[in-house]
Amino acid sequence: MITLNINKKNYNVDVDPETPLLWVLRDVINLVGTKYGCGMAQCGACVVHLNGEAVRSCVTKVSRAVGQKVVTIEGLSEKNDHPLQKAWIELDVPQCGYCQSGQIMSAAVLLRENKNPADKDIDAAMAGNICRCGTYLRIRDAIKLAADKQRKGI
Amino acid sequence: MKLHSKFGKTYFLPIKTIAVLSIFLSVIVLMSFSFKNGSTTTKNKIINKDSVESVRAFMDVYKVLMSPRCMNCHPAGDVPLQGDDSHIHTMLPQRGKDGKGIYAMKCMNCHQPTNLEGLNKPPGNPNWHLPPATMKMVFEGRTPNQLAKQIINPKTNGNKTLQQLIEHADDGLVKAGWNMGEGRTVPPMSHEEFKKAWITWIKTGAYAPKQ
Repeated sequence: MITLNINKKNYNVDVDPETPLLWVLRDVINLVGTKYGCGMAQCGACVVHLNGEAVRSCVTKVSRAVGQKVVTIEGLSEKNDHPLQKAWIELDVPQCGYCQSGQIMSAAVLLRENKNPADKDIDAAMAGNICRCGTYLRIRDAIKLAADKQRKGI
Repeated sequence: MKLHSKFGKTYFLPIKTIAVLSIFLSVIVLMSFSFKNGSTTTKNKIINKDSVESVRAFMDVYKVLMSPRCMNCHPAGDVPLQGDDSHIHTMLPQRGKDGKGIYAMKCMNCHQPTNLEGLNKPPGNPNWHLPPATMKMVFEGRTPNQLAKQIINPKTNGNKTLQQLIEHADDGLVKAGWNMGEGRTVPPMSHEEFKKAWITWIKTGAYAPKQ
């Protein structure tokens, strides 16, 4: 039995320690906001926070998360009111939406470390999250809007 | 200048000239010790000099260091290289100040503590990183002469002494070059052969090839 701390809650799961964290999140704990894209750390759809870092859960063995703090899109904010989530809704960023939880989780690390990111910072931080619908320009705008909301505390 | 007289002849003994010449000669002799023809400039202590054997050993070392498994993480730019053809890493992950990436693009977000099974999966190591921005330790594009000098100089080698350089052959990330997961060509000689050449190069004087 493995104990995981996910979104500030402890879960006891009976899984092989080699199992990818994504499988445990989606299939065992039923937190399905995190998506499976490529299964080889190439697309970013499965990004979750492990001790605050934007790891790709499809290649992260669940054993790496034991004793650590995992945050998924479901736990990013209490009421879906993270500045990024607000900006995403305001600018209607998603098209199909499949990659967007990974996009937001990556953007959250950027905004934590850089309160006022320029285009080049956003491009560098988000280069590992791909979007088949091509929502990149709206993502960039939404990150700037969220940064503004974060600075103003709204 | 003093006036001397011997056997009835009078001549000048150029004492000041001799003194000045002596000083010049001393300086030249001293300088000759501080320039070592063909060897690298370093504060490190060199052991048993043999420039021919040393250069020969370094050329083996060079083949390994310029192989994709070593050079890909010692790029000339701030993005690592990838694959046997050493192309720019997809997703363009940046070096960052500490060599461990930036924001959501930190190395360990994809590169796990161990290799993953399967072709094209990210190779792993608990200490995966590039050299830091303050000392990039570039291999890409370096000639044997440039690389040898760079490696032996503590100001460009991560502040390593000769002894620490010798020990670096067994560094976990260096050895990982021979275990990078499925589908990746290993360096052109075994780690054991590399280590032997590396230590021979250093112990025979760490000479830099002329080219």
